[in-house]
Parts: sequence; C-alpha cells; structure tokens
Amino acid sequence: MLNTNLKHIETEQEVKEVLENNENVMICCGRMGPMCVPVFSVIEELEQTYPHVTFRDQDFDISAADFIRNLPECALFMGLPFTVYFKNGKVVAATSSIQSKNQVMEILDREFGKQS
Amino acid sequence: MENEDMENVVIAGSGPAGLTAAIYTARSGLNPLVLEGLVPGGQLIVSPEVENYPGFPEPISGMELMDRFRKQTEQFGARFKMEVIEKVKRGRGNDIFEVDTGTEGIETKALIIATGAEARRLDIPTEPKFYGKGVSGCATCDGAFFRDKEILVVGGGNTAIQDAVFLTRFASKVTIVHRRDYFRAVPAEMEKAKNNPKIEWLIPWVVEEIIGDNTVSGAVMKNRETGETQQIPCSGIFVAIGNDPKSEAFKELVETDKNGFILVEAGSTRTSTPGIFACGDVCDPVYKQAVVAAGHGCMAAMDLEQYISSKEEVKC
Repeated sequence: MLNTNLKHIETEQEVKEVLENNENVMICCGRMGPMCVPVFSVIEELEQTYPHVTFRDQDFDISAADFIRNLPECALFMGLPFTVYFKNGKVVAATSSIQSKNQVMEILDREFGKQS
Repeated sequence: MENEDMENVVIAGSGPAGLTAAIYTARSGLNPLVLEGLVPGGQLIVSPEVENYPGFPEPISGMELMDRFRKQTEQFGARFKMEVIEKVKRGRGNDIFEVDTGTEGIETKALIIATGAEARRLDIPTEPKFYGKGVSGCATCDGAFFRDKEILVVGGGNTAIQDAVFLTRFASKVTIVHRRDYFRAVPAEMEKAKNNPKIEWLIPWVVEEIIGDNTVSGAVMKNRETGETQQIPCSGIFVAIGNDPKSEAFKELVETDKNGFILVEAGSTRTSTPGIFACGDVCDPVYKQAVVAAGHGCMAAMDLEQYISSKEEVKC
C-alpha cells in the first residue's frame, strides 16, 4: 500500500479510465522503498507545476499493476519504480529506477510541453 | 523584529541522527522542523536486516526500524518536510541562518546537520546507462528482478556482504567482488556469506567495464595485483562500495576535512559556526553505525538546547 499524497490506481478499470479520459498521463509504479519514495515526492511536487498532466501512482505488488509490468516498454526494466508516460493512451516514454526532479521534468517538458 | 515564521531549529536529514535530534528537541519544546532529504529514513532503509541495534533481539529491516523512529518523532510533534537543502547562508544579523531548499527559504535560529552520506558509485562511464537495467544500489528494492540469474555484488563492507546473502534468495549465483584481500565486514556477516553455497568470491578484483546492449550482460574485471583481465557473464551488478558525506550545501559555513566530513569540536557536535551542529555520518569518518549516529543526534540536540538557552539568557 502506498503512503503518498498522489491519487493511487488500484484497479484495472481505473487504469483504463485514467488513460481514456486524459491526454497526458504519468503513472509511477513502485513500492514505499528508497528508490521509489524520492520519485513519488518529485511527482507530488511537480503536480502543481504541470496541471495539464495527470499524475498517478500504483503499488507494484497489486494485480492491477500487471498492466504496467507487462508493457513491452518495461520488459527490460530491473529497478523500481517503473515510471511510464502516456500521450492519448500510448506510451511515449518509460524509465526504471530512481530519477531526479530534473530527469522527470526533462521528459514531461519534451513529451507534454511546458506549462503555458 | 523577529520574523514570526522563524524556526527555532531546522534539522537537515531524517536518518537515526536527525530523528534522534528531532525527538530530543521536540521534547524540549523547540518545535523542530525536519527537512527529510531525498530519501526519508536515510541510508539505513536499504538494509535488509539490522541485527545490532540495541533493543531489537530479533533482526529488523532498516525500513521498519526507521518507520519506528519516525513514529516516535511524530509523537512529540516534530514537523517534516520532504525538502533537500541546496544552500545555507547567514541571514539577518549574525546569528540567523537562511536555509534555501530551491523551493523555499527558511529562517532559523539554529541548524542541525544530519544529512548522512550517499552511496558511492563505480565511476565507470557506462554505469549510469545501466541504472535500473541491471545496475542497482538497493538489494531489497531490486533483488526480485534477478530471480535465477547470476549477479555481482561489489564491495567489502557490511552492506555488501549483507546484500550478497540477501540476494541469494533470488539469484542462482552471487559473486562478491572486492578490490582488497581483506574485508571490513564484521565476522558474523562474513560467516553467513562464507557458509552460503550460492556465494563465490573474486578478490582482489575490480569492475573495469559493464557490458550489455539494453541491459547488463556481463562485466570486464581486472585483478588489482596482476593486472589480468577477464570477462564474466552476469545480469546484475549491485554496488555497495561505501559512502561520501553529504556536506556540500553547508561548506560555506562549516569547516570540513579533505574528504568532506564536517569537523566538530572534540566531545561535542559544535561546528566552526556557532548555532550550527553536525551529527551522524556526515561528520563520522570512523564508526558509521546507526546506534552511534543516534547517540550523536542526542548530543546535537543537547548542544543546541544549551546554545539556544544561552542566547535567551543574553537577551534577558
């Protein structure tokens, strides 16, 4: 169970809904561990700066996480968290393991554009 | 006039030193603000098992131990922010400090630096490319991705040896790579590793290069004595080669040694700047133990209380 201030995705239906109803989505799938917590906290901070992006997190150990775990883009990943960026429901970027705020922002800016 | 948002004490870091300092200063009514840093709980949370923390006869994970520290700290009313300090400078007058986190500036009467240390990397050009794709610094986080695979653990201290033993739960073979022919790990940990049939040893060797296309497939190793090189296949490389003190943000105000450890007065936690105290691994090049850091955190809190009360006496 994730103890963050982000909205959690807990079912497959929620994954579907968030991707269908939002153009720019970032989902961070991990655990409350030392590699994941920093990424969750970066996302919490950036949520305010990127209102045009929908941010969610997801517990890596629940069955609904199969969606992220089984994405071809994550097939080679061997470090938590798996962070996946979607544009109109399609994966446009994915990272594995801890990421800095600058690394996350670089992808957000590149794929979704800066806040207008 | 005093800024009403002025903090009595800001504590930088949330490992055993920082949280012990927070418990003591909170109990003294100083209402401390803890800036947790990028990894709440500090380095200890990556330890799969802590067996030597007094009061815990059964092994406890580093994560759980730090959860307990945190709960105890919260009980006394300490406040937490997940912020990393970028810089500290003198504020108005000579005895106020301005803490810059990049997102906000915080004024404080006193500061406890308990930022600990951060894991050293192999410093091989290809290493960053493989982070999350075979190279890891956290066995408990990423070990399960290496089920039935062969992996290397680099290092010779307690963390490396504990990680190696932990990783045998998943891996088919774990090779401990160490640059020296002696180990800093304590005999109890070494014994567990030596008795584990899945563990092999490669000493005195170092990793020269990491090989792979998208993920790690092997490493080029070099013998430090003979210069001989060999390539060995592996899917993962766990790095546990020590830590460097996280003191960069404070260097303008406090003296450090050549390795970056903050210098404190003997028998105290006072730094070269009155009102700034340091405790735990950021100023401890020798012991680097959670229990030492916790004791040091207590010392910092008590030194700080004395500092604050002496300032108030002067005001009266």
